[in-house]
Amino acid sequence: MKRFALVPVLAAAAGIFLAAALPGLGVSRDPAPQTIKLTMRHSRFQPAHFTVRQGTTVRFIITNSDPIDHEFILGAEAVQRRHETGTDTRHGAIPGEVSVPAGGVGETTYTFTRPGRLLIGCHAPGHYTYGMQGWVRVVESPFQ
Amino acid sequence: MRRTLRTTGFLLLFLIAGASPALACAGLIGPNGAVNLVRTTTLAAYHNGVEHYITAFSFQGGGGKFGSIIPLPGIPTKVERGGDWTLQRLIRETQIARRSADVLAAPAAQEGVKVILETRIDALDITILQGGGAAVGRWAKENGFVLPPDAPEILDYYAARSPIFMAARFDADAARNRGQQIGDGTPIHLTIPVDNPWVPLRILGLGKQGSDLVQADVYLLTDVRPTYLPRARRGMFLQYSAPASTALTRDLRSDKGMSWMPSAPMWLTHLAINSNARDLTYDLAVDASGLTLPSRPARLMSVLALGMIFGAVWVTGLAWKGFR
Repeated sequence: MKRFALVPVLAAAAGIFLAAALPGLGVSRDPAPQTIKLTMRHSRFQPAHFTVRQGTTVRFIITNSDPIDHEFILGAEAVQRRHETGTDTRHGAIPGEVSVPAGGVGETTYTFTRPGRLLIGCHAPGHYTYGMQGWVRVVESPFQ
Repeated sequence: MRRTLRTTGFLLLFLIAGASPALACAGLIGPNGAVNLVRTTTLAAYHNGVEHYITAFSFQGGGGKFGSIIPLPGIPTKVERGGDWTLQRLIRETQIARRSADVLAAPAAQEGVKVILETRIDALDITILQGGGAAVGRWAKENGFVLPPDAPEILDYYAARSPIFMAARFDADAARNRGQQIGDGTPIHLTIPVDNPWVPLRILGLGKQGSDLVQADVYLLTDVRPTYLPRARRGMFLQYSAPASTALTRDLRSDKGMSWMPSAPMWLTHLAINSNARDLTYDLAVDASGLTLPSRPARLMSVLALGMIFGAVWVTGLAWKGFR
């Protein structure tokens, strides 16, 4: 009986220890900013799928090796729908959205605040339907 | 004759530069992505080591400029207006004498583009280009062509085989000013020295949805019965294969630019493409001598892949033997 009484005490002690030790192991409450490099080639994102931890700020550097203009739009399905029917020809002011000219390089930064799945798409005419899509899986942080 | 010409159109087709939606025709991709499909007709004739490649661009009304890009098997020595009746005469010949349809069972350099030749034929501005897929794409973009999303991959695909392309810009306003009526065509005749003729087919699906129908008629005129690849594809039909009649030979030889044809009858082959864009992943490779099957990169790759697999198995076996 006494042995069982020790379990919550040990668990609490372990929790305190982990909370103190994890930052030293590179796992922090606020994940360090990341840089992800993508290439647009043959009207595809390469790579097209990512997993990041909730709370991470990611700087996307996107190289367009195609001879045609592309765009990188990160957001939920509603965002993708809005861009698919929208008329904006240039992007860049909103985090997670950037136009990348043919042969050019674009950058955008985005903080993943909520767990779940976000989509990546290019909404130049016909590109999204053609398959220029991807996704980012945001996994829950134990500290949020 | 004009009526028949209406059935001919662009061999390939992609782009529009400042054109009105009324111009979205003949397989062209309009600004709204709409594609109207028109059956295309091409003759690839081969004699004395020279391919005579004839296709027609038809005026479909509207205004502005639009165009297409066609991959070529080699550098043309001559680009000229084709004869007035060669394509129509081939259609008539094979329609009259058609036998029952025989269904065939079921990166180059990335530097700049070299402009090899520029010419104007009627309302068409023709440019022969040499360069890698990306470079040709950049040239097209800089020259007002709007490329669909599959263009980068398809241009790379063709540039790896032959980095020669023909860009044709059709000036619809000029066509109207010339008095061209809707359906009137401008046949283009390219003279290309090559080892064997080759007809790009995959590019016919450019800018189309996978389920879109691609229809084309390909005529081959060769000294003897040719062999060709692919032999068996869904959507490709052998419609005619026989020596050209004396009357056809006489009629074709009397057309403008067709005096190169020998007086002896050549072998006429008619292949019809009736495929959805998704399945049209091949071109037509021809061995005009009829003695062997033409080379096909895919076949070579299969042999290499098999070789690598056998090699890997052999090395693994040796290693295993050594381990024991």
